[in-house]
Amino acid sequence: MKFGSKAILALSDGTIFEGRSFGAEGETIGEVCFNTSLTGYQEVLTDPSYKGQIVTMTYTEQGNYGANDEDMESIKPWVEGFVVKEPCAKPSSWRSEESLDAFLKKNGVVSICGIDTRALTRIIRSKGAMQAIISTTDLDPCSLVKKAVASPSLVGCDLVKEVTCAEPYDWGQGLWDVEYGYDRRRGSRIEEDEKRYKVVAFDFGMKRNILRNLHAVGCDVTVVPASTTAEEVLKMAPDGIFLSNGPGDPDAVGYAKETIKELLGKKPIFGICLGHQILSLALGGSTYKLKFGHRGGNQPVQDLTTTKVEITSQNHGFAVDLDSMKGVAELTHINLNDRTVEGISHKELPLFSVQYHPEASPGPHDSVYLFRRFVEMMG
Amino acid sequence: MPKRTDLKKILIVGSGPIVIGQGCEFDYSGTQACKALRDDGYLVVLVNSNPATIMTDPGLADRTYIEPITALTVEKIIEIEKPDALLPTMGGQTALNVSVELAKSGVLEKHGVEMIGAKLPAIEKAEERELFKVAMEKIGLHVPRSAQARTVEQANKIIEWMDFPAIIRPSFTLGGMGGGIAYNREEYESMVRFGLECSPVNELLIEESVIGWKEYELEVMRDHNDNVVIICSIENLDPMGVHTGDSITVAPAQTLTDKEYQIMRDYAVRIIREIGVDTGGSNIQFSVNPDNGKVYVIEMNPRVSRSSALASKATGFPIAKIAALLAVGYTLDEIPNDITKKTPASFEPTIDYVVTKIPRFAFEKFPNTDATLTTQMKSVGEAMAIGRTFKESLGKAIRSLEVGSLGFEKLIKPERLTLSFTPTTAESDILKARLKTPGSERLWYLMEALRAGLDVEKIYEFTGIDRWFLNNLEELRLVEEALESTDMDEDGFGELYRHAKECGFSDAIIGSIIKKSEADLRLFAHKHSILPVFKTVDTCAAEFEAFTPYLYSTYERPFYNINESAEPKAECEAAPTQNRKVIILGSGPNRIGQGIEFDYCCVHASFALKEEGFESIMVNCNPETVSTDYDTSDRLYFEPLTFEDVMAIIEREKPYGVIVQLGGQTPLKLSVALEKAGVKILGTSSDSIDIAEDRERFDDLLNRLSLKKPESGLARSTEEAVAIATELGYPVMVRPSYVLGGRAMQTVYDTASLMNYMMHAVNASPEHPVLVDRFLEGAVEVDVDCISDGSVAVIGAIMEHIEEAGVHSGDSACSLPPYSLTKEVTDEIRRQTKLLAKELNVIGLMNVQFAVKDSTVYIIEVNPRASRTVPFVSKAIGRPLAKLATKLAIGRSLSELGFTKEVVPEYTSVKEAVFPFIKFPGVDIILGPEMKSTGEVMGISYDFGSAFAKAQISAGNKLPLGGTVFVSIRDEDKEAALEIARELTAIGFSIIATSGTEKFLKSNGIEAEFVNKVNEGRPHIVDKIKSLEVDMVINTSFGAKSVADSYSIRRSSIDLGLPYFTTIAGARAAALGIRAISDRVLDVKPLQEYYPEPLKQSSIPQ
Repeated sequence: MKFGSKAILALSDGTIFEGRSFGAEGETIGEVCFNTSLTGYQEVLTDPSYKGQIVTMTYTEQGNYGANDEDMESIKPWVEGFVVKEPCAKPSSWRSEESLDAFLKKNGVVSICGIDTRALTRIIRSKGAMQAIISTTDLDPCSLVKKAVASPSLVGCDLVKEVTCAEPYDWGQGLWDVEYGYDRRRGSRIEEDEKRYKVVAFDFGMKRNILRNLHAVGCDVTVVPASTTAEEVLKMAPDGIFLSNGPGDPDAVGYAKETIKELLGKKPIFGICLGHQILSLALGGSTYKLKFGHRGGNQPVQDLTTTKVEITSQNHGFAVDLDSMKGVAELTHINLNDRTVEGISHKELPLFSVQYHPEASPGPHDSVYLFRRFVEMMG
Repeated sequence: MPKRTDLKKILIVGSGPIVIGQGCEFDYSGTQACKALRDDGYLVVLVNSNPATIMTDPGLADRTYIEPITALTVEKIIEIEKPDALLPTMGGQTALNVSVELAKSGVLEKHGVEMIGAKLPAIEKAEERELFKVAMEKIGLHVPRSAQARTVEQANKIIEWMDFPAIIRPSFTLGGMGGGIAYNREEYESMVRFGLECSPVNELLIEESVIGWKEYELEVMRDHNDNVVIICSIENLDPMGVHTGDSITVAPAQTLTDKEYQIMRDYAVRIIREIGVDTGGSNIQFSVNPDNGKVYVIEMNPRVSRSSALASKATGFPIAKIAALLAVGYTLDEIPNDITKKTPASFEPTIDYVVTKIPRFAFEKFPNTDATLTTQMKSVGEAMAIGRTFKESLGKAIRSLEVGSLGFEKLIKPERLTLSFTPTTAESDILKARLKTPGSERLWYLMEALRAGLDVEKIYEFTGIDRWFLNNLEELRLVEEALESTDMDEDGFGELYRHAKECGFSDAIIGSIIKKSEADLRLFAHKHSILPVFKTVDTCAAEFEAFTPYLYSTYERPFYNINESAEPKAECEAAPTQNRKVIILGSGPNRIGQGIEFDYCCVHASFALKEEGFESIMVNCNPETVSTDYDTSDRLYFEPLTFEDVMAIIEREKPYGVIVQLGGQTPLKLSVALEKAGVKILGTSSDSIDIAEDRERFDDLLNRLSLKKPESGLARSTEEAVAIATELGYPVMVRPSYVLGGRAMQTVYDTASLMNYMMHAVNASPEHPVLVDRFLEGAVEVDVDCISDGSVAVIGAIMEHIEEAGVHSGDSACSLPPYSLTKEVTDEIRRQTKLLAKELNVIGLMNVQFAVKDSTVYIIEVNPRASRTVPFVSKAIGRPLAKLATKLAIGRSLSELGFTKEVVPEYTSVKEAVFPFIKFPGVDIILGPEMKSTGEVMGISYDFGSAFAKAQISAGNKLPLGGTVFVSIRDEDKEAALEIARELTAIGFSIIATSGTEKFLKSNGIEAEFVNKVNEGRPHIVDKIKSLEVDMVINTSFGAKSVADSYSIRRSSIDLGLPYFTTIAGARAAALGIRAISDRVLDVKPLQEYYPEPLKQSSIPQ
């Protein structure tokens, strides 16, 4: 039998799933949510936006192609725990460097497998996202439920400070290519004489593929910590400012909201996900927590200016309140599944933002045009 | 963009008969298109020659033309109907080719018909290899190096710079027909010649081989607003080199990282835009180098396809339906997702299970052909299964196939395999060959190789099958190994059993490993509550609520809530209602002998149940069918049709009863076991079924009723068989009991071949004895479909076979009503049929086959179930027999249903069989008692000759109006041949004949030219055929030797597409047909106009 020792996933509503341990042993608490992407578990694991969350993948076979250095979206996995139905022990891919299990062990991600992930998803769908615990050490269901109930929720919690970088740094890597990987010298899509733009990017929990996309469209990016002040940013004399994705409740990062407020109208601004929410807050809007969020790579978003539909990668538990934005900003994109706000722009100010992830990784590339739009705005 | 209002009437072209490479998936797509467009208010005109389809039901289109799908006929239909638009993308390659022809010849423009879905330039760009290659290079994608050839010389030039192996792909052929992989010069030249012949435009592509690379498919959809979505990704277990239709395939793609998958997705989006398919679905194939991820584009189909049907069933996203709506102007975001109701169709389905498809082959029917799988498709059907893991879905798919395997049985005796694989032993050599050469049983040999101790790396080296699949097989082997060393009474067995079930092991297989019966395991499972649960196919991995109960079984672990007192329980999403409900068991994967006809019947059963206020529950595992469309029945269980799987559904649903008589032999085989388990079988009882199937009980019945059957005996051993045959006199007809499609049925001419046969037959069905019948030489065979409510029996139709007795009924053309039988004979047939129906207490359908010789009526066999001819008969007489039968099965009477009198139409309907011989080089095309046809067509007209001619044209047998006919007739047929020869001469044919026939014809005053037999020196008849000096072949043979002698004549005829007739009756009908088309222009007329008034209304419940 390939299963490890016993592990339990307990939800704060009292639900107990008994499964097997894989990845690291131990105990971990977080908000349990589901992701419907068919591929891209490593990108999910290493997306800082998942800080504070236990992620279950709805697709059952996970780890098929192992893990590798190139598919990291940040320096390490950020999920609090990982839940899968069927982990693959022996991956198969020319890109694989280690198994998913080894990757999780190495990074200390407590995980559980062999449980009915569809049943778990249906519980989250009907009851909403909730606190949960995975443990291989405490196997007493009552004790585990108690711990889950006692754990603090994501609402009002500033997780950005846990994931943002300590020091500013410059980014110089472009997009990945089958033939050349990230080797720019050979696979470069950048013309030597191309005009370059200086962009300062706030790291609220930045995914690397955003930086790679910015780089590919001609941006020389300096990533700065979330607490960087407006003054410091302006001193760097950027052509544009980028607001990254990140974990948790946008209301909990008031300092960022204040910083952005100061920057409104000063430079073109582009925000993604948490960056979009913070920008909306800075414009005077408000946000709320969705019942179970959008996490996956198949969400249809309509660009209201062209009526065209793009299939998007999403990962968010909070959303911008449509009504709060009336008179504050223009609605540019909506989600066709539940009609929630997916993108805004401003009538006068050079800024726009989207709730979803145009950088994909994982997910479809339909929305990469937004990076070019940002460049045009700076142009 | 809302729908177009400038279009009112739309012509849909179907795909014609079921052939290899074009199966009933196009009934599914065509039916969806018809329904979607009519529901939206469009008038739909349909042309399709295939009577066995749901789409040609008179209620599905406004005007249904069961006519040949040729440019000529479709033009006539366009003249009559004046449609605004033609939808060419629903009927496979056939529809696409005819539409291209009509567009190119200016017919569409002349009549103001717009091609919707895909326009001519897009079709050409996708289909013509050179244009496609240029288009791909333009958008920066890689295609294998290739060059086009129109002659053998050009091909020879190409191979000077290209390395072997080289792939040969003829243009515009379906199922990759005529293509292949050449490993050396000799093979290359012969494949080039064959490929050039197969291509309707005499053109082929020679392509760099990417054999061994990974193979993927993406199903793509695009709307007018340029929105593009990917519906499904499919990964082939069999790497490049095996046609995707012949490959085991899995959805979603398993071994691509997100980065690689998204690049492939980008390519697909770029391709559909560049090719310019403006609306609808397309299928794009890619190959990926397993060592470095390099991607090649292989091909694109700018239409719905077999893969799109599979993708629809795999995801719950109805590609054909949506494609039809996009073609009339909707955009994806304007169409709701039927399953979630709340979300739009402009999304990409995501799934939380694994789908496995395994093709089903029919090589046992064609023993002399090369059974190696290549780029030319050879499978005749497929089974799909859904499981939460690949291992589970694979196990379910294997038992869905119904090839006598319920899992990984051992093919090689264990003691003959050594643990360390030593390539010197004979078994290991065989095993290695089985791995290296892809064949229909390779999956099982992979497991054998693992059992033999061959490691995954080595197997990968031999097969190129991705290690991920092999590792999963190795995990299955470990489960098997664990089971081998355990006992049911051991403490840990429950956990092991559960794990084995999660991995897709059937009880039968577990039983065979631990030496217990399936019943023992069933008891154990119930005692320990280790039972399957059902999950929903919902397009969205449970993100949204699903409103369509489309379910599959799986094993999941129980869970519980500490705040509730309930026991731990696995979640089951099946939500049976308390309503009256009936389960319909479907017919499983298509195979020769059991195809779309039975799916037609099951779909009708579902419609009938709805009309009667019952809930209908469908169980089937064939992804190509209408029955497995999620909106055909109230609930759909996509499950294998084994006792274990079916019982799990019955236990959950607790239906009023189960219908087994409509799905062919598959459900019928289960009836006794189901009844024993306390399940109510609706309609004819399983005891009656057993009387008809059990030869001894059946003989008793006939004796009691004083009915005649050919003298026969029952042989349980070879010695008995020889004794019986000697007494009856050769030739004799031999067959095992309980078979369909004449499996292993043969006419044997001497003791040696009988003994040879007995070895095979006893293998084919060990628990049943072999039947030896006297062969009624030259008899006329008659098929009768009858419907009965237990007290009244009504004849559905009497069909006279055109080929004489001895040719399987499924392979014989037939005429409804009979065209040569006397009233006395047909009345006697009616009497006997009704007598049998009453005696067997048939409730529902019954089919009887008779042979008539010298005005004496013999019973050949009785089947108290729906037969293959039910859809044909229903369409010919305008009465939905399967629907009526279903209503009888739930207690209605024929008088209540208003069907108390036989309908004898004033027009003639001819059914003709369609054969796959062109796909199987080297196979003899002579017809016999073993069924070989894959599909059928129907011709209707007011005279026999015209109806027959239409059927021939539809079947692809182009009847010539003049030229040279080669006639070679056995002595017994010579008298009968005179009339035919005179008629053909009168029409203007010249006759060539071999010596005997030539002399005979001349002595009877008929002009004939002498031609050498093959062994008489050159030029001989085959030379003449090959040099295209012959336009039609009539060649009747008898006896094993003569059959062998004339083989090369038949084979060369089929290879060149010449019309050929191997029976005198067939030749006579052909002469009548030729007379009909030379005397008058064949008319076209919709089905609806053949029927009297009251029948024109819709027969599909809304």
